[in-house]
Amino acid sequence: MKSDITIKMARCKGCGICVAFCPREVLALDELGKVKVVNGEACIACGQCELRCPDYAIFVDKLSDGGTAKEAAQ
Amino acid sequence: MERSYEKYFRQNRLPHLWCPGCGNGIAMKAIVQAIEKKGLSQDNTVIVSGIGCSSRASGYMDFDTLHTAHGRAIPFATGIKLANPDLNVVVITGDGDCTAIGGNHFIHGCRRNVDLTVVLFNNKIYGMTGGQASPMTPLGKKATTAPYGSIDRPFDACKLAIAAGATYVARSTAYHEQHLVDMIANGFDNKGFSFIEALVQCPTAYGRKNKMGSPANMLKWMRDNAVMQAAWEKLPDDKKQGEKFPIGLFYSATATDYTTAYDAVIERAGGAGK
Amino acid sequence: MSKARLMQGNEACAEGAIAAGVRFFAGYPITPSTEVAETMAKLLPRVGGKFVQMEDEIASMGAILGASLAGMKAMDATSGPGFSLKQELIGYAACAEIPCVLVDVQRVGPSTGQPTAPSQGDVMQARWGTHGDHPMIALAPWSVRETYDATVMAVNYAERFRTPVILLMDEIVGHLREKVELPEPADLDIYPRRQPKKTRAEGYEPYAPDEDLVPNVADFGQGYHIHVTGLIHDDTGFPVGSPKVTEESIRRLHEKIDRVGEEIIHTEEYFMDDAEYAVVAFGGTARTAYEAVAEARAKGQKVGLLRLMTVWPFATAAIKRLAAKVKGIMVAELNYGQLVGEVERAVAGQCEVQLCRKYNMQSFEPQEIAAGIDELVK
Repeated sequence: MKSDITIKMARCKGCGICVAFCPREVLALDELGKVKVVNGEACIACGQCELRCPDYAIFVDKLSDGGTAKEAAQ
Repeated sequence: MERSYEKYFRQNRLPHLWCPGCGNGIAMKAIVQAIEKKGLSQDNTVIVSGIGCSSRASGYMDFDTLHTAHGRAIPFATGIKLANPDLNVVVITGDGDCTAIGGNHFIHGCRRNVDLTVVLFNNKIYGMTGGQASPMTPLGKKATTAPYGSIDRPFDACKLAIAAGATYVARSTAYHEQHLVDMIANGFDNKGFSFIEALVQCPTAYGRKNKMGSPANMLKWMRDNAVMQAAWEKLPDDKKQGEKFPIGLFYSATATDYTTAYDAVIERAGGAGK
Repeated sequence: MSKARLMQGNEACAEGAIAAGVRFFAGYPITPSTEVAETMAKLLPRVGGKFVQMEDEIASMGAILGASLAGMKAMDATSGPGFSLKQELIGYAACAEIPCVLVDVQRVGPSTGQPTAPSQGDVMQARWGTHGDHPMIALAPWSVRETYDATVMAVNYAERFRTPVILLMDEIVGHLREKVELPEPADLDIYPRRQPKKTRAEGYEPYAPDEDLVPNVADFGQGYHIHVTGLIHDDTGFPVGSPKVTEESIRRLHEKIDRVGEEIIHTEEYFMDDAEYAVVAFGGTARTAYEAVAEARAKGQKVGLLRLMTVWPFATAAIKRLAAKVKGIMVAELNYGQLVGEVERAVAGQCEVQLCRKYNMQSFEPQEIAAGIDELVK
């Protein structure tokens, strides 16, 4: 995992912009039409989803160590 | 990690009321990012808006904020700036608010060169009332009040602003978010009337009526049709046809702003320091 | 006292405004109010204030509301058609509780009507011109000196109640030139801009009413991050779509002014001691009525004059007292009949009510009102 994706679910309106702009098909809309991470491993932390989200619902942070620390913590 | 621009939002007011996929949220974020970039103080910056979808932005922004009457944001902002020139005054308006009911105020604000930064969220339609044609609805595009396509020739608000005397005029789009931030931020640097048109998608009213697809598709339409000003200038006229449009800085000039000019009046009248 | 000066009602209005602390004026030229703007353009920069001629009547109203929110006492002046255009933002000022004074130097309408010709046809527009339920304060001076005083009073009321106040002048008083002695500004009681009594940390709410039901809304730039809107809002200032908040909000707007009652309702009585009949008039017409009543007294007619300086809120109690005392009341007004309806409502059948009206571009002649008095006492 190269990135940490944070979703503020209360803000998501399910417009699908993040899903459409993700170059790696990391995101999808769930049964209720809200965003969910379906392939986090593929995320390259390009930030397109965050940049274009009109509702400030999704945030992507690039993990500086490539995710080792986070995986270790889990 | 919490984004630093979040401090400029009234957290208890979010999520905002705009429709899923509406571009207004992107433009509002661009404004606060520009404010952050230029280090404008939250205590010393006033956000003034008119009426319409765009103008609900003021309620979400953690500054002194003023949600005025339809079309009247620029006159209110003019009064604020003259009364307290230390305040940074930002106006948020829409295509109907600014160029229809507020059209006269808009051109006269430009003419006076009041030190305001006006950001027009252009969704090409009256969204809040359900999709009626605005003065910026392109020819042939449909709206509830133009069911057979609009025959009213649209305004180019940037050209209007330049002709009326604005001293900083730029356009960007919700797709070009970081460019939009820069266009707004540079507008703050201009001591005078700065006008930035931010093209935003309205998937609910405009997009649906005109079969533009999803909100993402509307953003892609901006990507595919916007041409940076430097490239636009080199385009032959026959390539400037269709839906292509220029973005970037169109005009900037140095001219005395209204407050400075009025200070000289006070000086001449003998009222300085009173 | 300063030494005597010859000045016009419109000029006295401008000087009164500056004495009351007005430092911002936005306007649009319209006869017969233009001298107010011209005088402000000349005098305001001398005291460090600002004047701006806006692109239209609506814009000038918007500009004064913006300036007021930014902490400057603000005024605008207009006449008939301009007054109509300003109604939208008069309502905004009432709803968002923004102190401001709007001078309306009345002229003949409807529409462009008869520019420059005197009229008192805006009585009802002053009260009900903007949409929705709202209170209104309107003061109508009858002399140049009183125009000065009434303007000071209008600015004070605007600040105290955080509400728009109309200075309901007419062409007669606006263009009247009289010798006046104005008070020293230092001798005037000036109501200061209300200030927040809490910090943000203490839970400041800009629209929370004080004991007098008026909110202490912070000025922009004081660090409170307030939100101001023309939507119905709660104490926080943010719009709320609830029946309860809507009802409470509209009720408070009225009650903050209703509760002071007679204190702001200024009337004057002349020749009323043993009067059996009374003339009711205001503004320029009251001057003519005074002369007619004085002549009637000379003829032995037991008639007096009740002059309304406050037109709104209406002097219901004063009219009721009058009706209990006299056999008949004649309302003299320079219109087709507006104030008379309010008088009839207050009189409620206690005595006869007669109308002496005129709407032909000309002010009343004393004989016309005298003829009405003859009719009244018959």
